[in-house]
Amino acid sequence: MATTATPQPKSNRIGLTVLDYRGGKTTLCAGCGHNAISERIIDAFYEMGVAPERVVKMSGIGCSSKSPAYFMGRSHSFNSVHGRMPSVTTGAVLANSKVVALGVSGDGDTASIGIGQFMHLMRRNLPMIYIIEDNGVYGLTKGQFSATADLGSKLKTGVINDLPPIDTCALAIMLGATFVGRSFSGDKRQLHTMLKAAIAHRGTVMLDVISPCTTFNDHEGSTKSYKFVKDHEEPLHDLNFVPHFNEIDVDYDPGTSLNVTMHDGSSLRLHKLEKDYDPTNKTEAVKRVMESHEAEEVLTGVLYLNTTAPNFIDMINMTDQPLATLPESVTRPSREVLDECMEALR
Amino acid sequence: MATTEFAVHGADQGAVRGPVVNDFSIQVATVNGSGSQSANTVLLRTIFQMGVPVSGKNMFPSNIAGLPTWYTIRASKKGYIARKKEIDFLVAMNPETAREDTMSLASGAAVLYDEPLKLNELRSDVTFYAVPYDKICAAVCSESKLRKLVKNMIYVGVMAQLLKLDMAEVEKALRKQFAKKVKTADLNWNAAKAGYDYAASSLTKADPFTVERMDKTTGMIIIDGNAAAALGCMFAGVTVVTWYPITPSSSLVETLIDYMKEYRVGADGKSTFAIVQAEDELAAIGMVLGAGWAGARSMTATAGPGISLMAEFAGLGYYVEIPGVIWDIQRVGPSTGLPTRTAQGDIEFVAKLSHGDTHHPMLLPCSVAECFSMASDAFDLTEQLQTPVFVMSDLDLGMNNWMSEPFQYPEKPQNRGKVLTAEDLERAGGFARYKDVDGDGVGYRTLPGTDHPQAAWFARGSGHNEKSQYSERPDDYANNMDRLAHKFETARTLVPKPEMVRNDGNEVGIIAYGTSHHAVVETLDQLQNEYGVKTDYLRLRAYPFTTETHDFVAAHKRTYMIDQNRDAQMLQLLKLDIAIEEISKLRSVRHYNGLPIDARSITDNIIVQESK
Repeated sequence: MATTATPQPKSNRIGLTVLDYRGGKTTLCAGCGHNAISERIIDAFYEMGVAPERVVKMSGIGCSSKSPAYFMGRSHSFNSVHGRMPSVTTGAVLANSKVVALGVSGDGDTASIGIGQFMHLMRRNLPMIYIIEDNGVYGLTKGQFSATADLGSKLKTGVINDLPPIDTCALAIMLGATFVGRSFSGDKRQLHTMLKAAIAHRGTVMLDVISPCTTFNDHEGSTKSYKFVKDHEEPLHDLNFVPHFNEIDVDYDPGTSLNVTMHDGSSLRLHKLEKDYDPTNKTEAVKRVMESHEAEEVLTGVLYLNTTAPNFIDMINMTDQPLATLPESVTRPSREVLDECMEALR
Repeated sequence: MATTEFAVHGADQGAVRGPVVNDFSIQVATVNGSGSQSANTVLLRTIFQMGVPVSGKNMFPSNIAGLPTWYTIRASKKGYIARKKEIDFLVAMNPETAREDTMSLASGAAVLYDEPLKLNELRSDVTFYAVPYDKICAAVCSESKLRKLVKNMIYVGVMAQLLKLDMAEVEKALRKQFAKKVKTADLNWNAAKAGYDYAASSLTKADPFTVERMDKTTGMIIIDGNAAAALGCMFAGVTVVTWYPITPSSSLVETLIDYMKEYRVGADGKSTFAIVQAEDELAAIGMVLGAGWAGARSMTATAGPGISLMAEFAGLGYYVEIPGVIWDIQRVGPSTGLPTRTAQGDIEFVAKLSHGDTHHPMLLPCSVAECFSMASDAFDLTEQLQTPVFVMSDLDLGMNNWMSEPFQYPEKPQNRGKVLTAEDLERAGGFARYKDVDGDGVGYRTLPGTDHPQAAWFARGSGHNEKSQYSERPDDYANNMDRLAHKFETARTLVPKPEMVRNDGNEVGIIAYGTSHHAVVETLDQLQNEYGVKTDYLRLRAYPFTTETHDFVAAHKRTYMIDQNRDAQMLQLLKLDIAIEEISKLRSVRHYNGLPIDARSITDNIIVQESK
């Protein structure tokens, strides 16, 4: 396609370019899976045309939790304390239910110190996207096992993990998250599609993204290395996402594809690679995830999806206006109300 | 156990006392879960309705049902509402503690007891009244399973007759207590009447204690501190409330839920608030800070063990500079301690809660009225200063009923602090989050969701510069910490000032805070009337200390700090804050047995120290 005109930078439906979604320069290691995930986040939010000012980036402590500094610099961000991002995010979303909350955590931040808050977040189905950048080790403290490390996985030092892993996806499905997926930082297309679908969902989206640590856990004997995941990845389906602002191509075969309408009107199409897998069936989903461990597969894709369950904001019947900016006339009852309360106490 | 600490009997055995009107304390000893709370409240309210100043204190076990519990009611014509150490009238309903309770009374006291207990055999220097509860019960209540519950209302009737209470007021109090449950109210009213009739026909008044009508409670209300705090928070405009149940703070949020459902639901049926029961106190304060960061008026309520868990987040709030109100309804520690007993045990810990160099402002309510008004103070301060603010109540204040003048409607508009809008940013061309533009140590902030490309700032608990960028530079760190210290000096000028009673020439000063106030007011009279010792008094209402407190210490030769904890915690904080040469003037009075502080203990302690 030859042309002589000066190329205009492409922009999305709200007139922003992809540069408007960039953040600071990464300080993570070269080749770190987390950097690839940051790129996918930038692309997904850009393509979905979400104003960065509407997004809050939330994190705890660890390599993964540093990464919000490296994307979407125009978004508010909160790098809080270790394992407690879920509660801080819950408070923020209650204060302003109009924001799009994106939490980035790690396997240590989620599955060890933060497992309690993680589980209760899933129960509440708070509208937010929760990404675990999962590499099976603690990076900032130089390579100790985390609770998602697989049985038999080996550290560089030769130490073998002999405790069973916590499967965060199985937990999330059981506890009440309504969109649960597993992906791989090296699977550009799948992760990108899944993130766009996540933005279209109003409920807790929990994505466990295997994200190899090139410094401490990318060697022979590790089950979270690039090579191991590439060799063992077992995608459940091919994903296709049509955002609500694009025309929907209605031509699909219900025998081989499942079409899900997301909360914002977008469509997520799952072309089945595995026949009979129904991601809307909770029990089957957990069963399939547990089977993948026995088969030593890294099962990826949308493991579970429920677009009908009420989210936390619906459940507590909160007003549509952000609580944070309700005027005093609404938040301070009248003098007459105080008189009434006083009279009842006489 | 006896909630009186000592027994004085024998000394003035047989001494004849004149009539004692409107100046005595009643102790009702019952079993937890027996429904005695309703009966006690009716008794308290009746005295209140007769215009006599009254206070009630519940001493209960950490238990659902079956363990001993004591309720003391003090009537005081002079308006003293602190706990009175001596019990004048014992209502012994609990066989398990009846003997010990009786033995610990002072000579001249009176005892109402269940006939089969035969307490009259124990002593000859107190007046005994035997009541055959079961017999009276059977006559008024045909259903045997309800008898246990109405049994308590019988002593209300007996006491009404013995103390000369107006039965019309008893009925009014009783019907208020049972509100819409008319059948229950009727049943209980019959029991009270039966008790009254029994006393009138079978008992001969032989003690000096009576109630006579006064007019000292006209227009006043009765409420507990937690409910007062809940009302205060609602009128302060709280929008996000998170909590984890813990004694003695639970009723604060539970009452708040009731009030908010009644008065803070919009015309569209939707709530203008969110209340979340969190999975633990860590999550509770995490949610408070998340909400505060996003701009909501957010709060939680807890007690000592919860405060311990909140330590890490408290440091985050201090360092990232996020508003949030934390109510600490203090109970006895350390560890689980005595969960249902009162103390001012968290003062020193909360003042510096978290690792590194941290300081937190604390408000110190002494009354239900201050629980109400300081809620607004706390929310204004926390948003003005952009730092967590702790309100240090205690179990005595929070869970006991107190009479009070009706609360004043908050006249000051909410102070939401320095928040920049998109328009502000457009005018200024951006901002630096932690830059001390105004010289008060408080920067400007923006809220998430502000629609401007320069609105965002990166909140982080790690080292940061003025622009909130990650920084490990020594100068950035030190400058930031110095500004935070300066901000705490600003807090000193904004917190509620102490209240003082001062006369020229007094050598001795007393400083107290929180619920100690009510005992100190009585102590001041005791010191002057009984010992001729004139004292000045300063009641702290907040930490950091204000200049008034420094001046007060400087103006007196000796100053006593009253603390309801073993380690003289507020005194320790004051020592760190005043000039070295003033420290030797400070003396300590401490009370820490789990019971509400009483005037006599303070007076005795000061007199001993004064005579040294």
